[in-house]
Amino acid sequence: MAEESLGLNVHLRNAAPIALNAQLTCAAGELLALVGPSGSGKSTILRGIAGLFRPAHGQVRCAGQTWYDTDRAIDVKVRQRQVGFVFQSYALFPHLSAIANVMEGLGDGPRAQREKRARELLARVHLAGLEARRPATLSGGQQQRVAVARALAREPRVLLLDEPFSAVDRATRERLYQELAELRRELDMPVVLVTHDLDEALMLADRITILYRGVTLQSGPPFEVIARPATATVARLVGLKNLFSGVVVEHRDSITLLRWRDGVLEARLQQQFAPGAMVSWVIPSAAVLLHRRDRPSRGERENPVAGTVASMVRLGDNAAVSLRIAGETNPLAMTIPLHVVRRHGVAMGETVSVSLLADGIHLMPAHA
Amino acid sequence: MRSSSATASCSPATPDIRMDWPALLLSLRLSAWTLAILLPIGVLLGRWLAWRRFGGKPLLEATLALPLVLPPTVLGYYLLVAFGGRSPLGSFYDSVFGHSLVFSFQGLLLASVLFNLPFAVQPVQRAFEAIAPEIREAAECCGLKPWRVFWRIELPLIWPGLLSAMVLTFAHTLGEFGVVLMVGGSIPGETKTVAIAIYDRVQAFDDPAAGLMSLVLLLISLIAISVTYLTSGKVGRPHG
Repeated sequence: MAEESLGLNVHLRNAAPIALNAQLTCAAGELLALVGPSGSGKSTILRGIAGLFRPAHGQVRCAGQTWYDTDRAIDVKVRQRQVGFVFQSYALFPHLSAIANVMEGLGDGPRAQREKRARELLARVHLAGLEARRPATLSGGQQQRVAVARALAREPRVLLLDEPFSAVDRATRERLYQELAELRRELDMPVVLVTHDLDEALMLADRITILYRGVTLQSGPPFEVIARPATATVARLVGLKNLFSGVVVEHRDSITLLRWRDGVLEARLQQQFAPGAMVSWVIPSAAVLLHRRDRPSRGERENPVAGTVASMVRLGDNAAVSLRIAGETNPLAMTIPLHVVRRHGVAMGETVSVSLLADGIHLMPAHA
Repeated sequence: MRSSSATASCSPATPDIRMDWPALLLSLRLSAWTLAILLPIGVLLGRWLAWRRFGGKPLLEATLALPLVLPPTVLGYYLLVAFGGRSPLGSFYDSVFGHSLVFSFQGLLLASVLFNLPFAVQPVQRAFEAIAPEIREAAECCGLKPWRVFWRIELPLIWPGLLSAMVLTFAHTLGEFGVVLMVGGSIPGETKTVAIAIYDRVQAFDDPAAGLMSLVLLLISLIAISVTYLTSGKVGRPHG
């Protein structure tokens, strides 16, 4: 409960012009990634938390204070909400030096004291020595660091990061990931990161919330959301390829039997779906195992499926292979190391057999 | 008007009489007052127009821009009618101050403020429009109070626009002729500005005086414009 009260609780609903039905929570010290495609309303939610956007209905509670509540007519001003906001474009004050930018976030205290504190903050984001530089003379990565230092200057109750890595090159981005991961260990406020990049979210976040068309679909630890998407839409949004339809046959011991095409698959026990129910199901490509032709392998008897190689694309040391399965319109995608491809003579048009590991089969309500 | 021409043309050989100093001083005084009044109006109106969306905005902007395209005599005529003793404004002014608004310095100043509105407002409005919304939002998120946002963030960013508004207003007032003649007439020391004095000299075939005063106006304008360019060259490139 104590932790809850120091965290962030957001519920925003709006019809037009931006349709929104978003609910998210972020505990103190936690990094929540808000993930969704462009135009899904991620930035709008962040702006709603900061008070830069006022939805028709909603509550924003942070650190035990209510900042916004349409039912109780509470709307705390932006400057009184004590948020640290790192904008996508960084929005540094172009006419002020790096240190002066940070000092603007430090309130009205004595100048010498503010300058000392700003210097500390810039050193903390590895910008010591660049205090006097104007934003235009700093690189993208350096500008982002100034923006972070300025956001932290207020000692914010919540840190909001709006696609902070989208404007820098790949090498800089990786370094900034590292820095954010280090920095956030010292931060005790909730941190909300908006990104369209799922990999970024997986790397940095403690929890992720999937957003689509203004609606928050699912929240949870990153790998749980990836492995157990709540709906087919979430599965698609997190980039899962092997999405199929089936019918639950029955639950037996530790497995659920699933009718797919003209056969029956064994899946991990998922009793929430009644026998006879239409379901969507998904299997990560890592749970699709290629059978060795020379000798039997582990799991060969587990959901064996035969298919022809419809496409094969080399990605570094691996090959992304898709199989066409008789009676199924969607291809089955899998990733195979190149040496395995060579050893087993996997080639376009060849028929191969694979096992679908029962433990990897995840059921979801049938999508409309 | 004729009489003043006649007296001046009597002594064309005396160099210090050629320059109509009272007219120049009056012009400078009028420009300074116009600037002083229009500066806050330009900043407030320009800021408001830059960031607000409302129904009649295009119409309001068009009305403000009218002095740019309207012949000065037409504008001057309407102001003359509006300031005259038979208009509500004119009779009210008359009853309060005991003298007519037309053909007075105050009337001239009011006319000057009105016809310079676009010169004072438009550059400032463009400058405010050029400030990215995130910059203002970032300032709010930094916890800055509105006056501090204005003073520390907005003002330095609009400075080049504000400076050019000031220079345009000042130089334009200094050289305005049609409106001044219509509303102010040509009363020495009260409404006879240097632009009218030049016309006066030309009418009297006093070319040296007209030439000298024209040169002075040219130099003042050139210096003012140069100051804008020099200063905006230094501060106008905050991004690079």
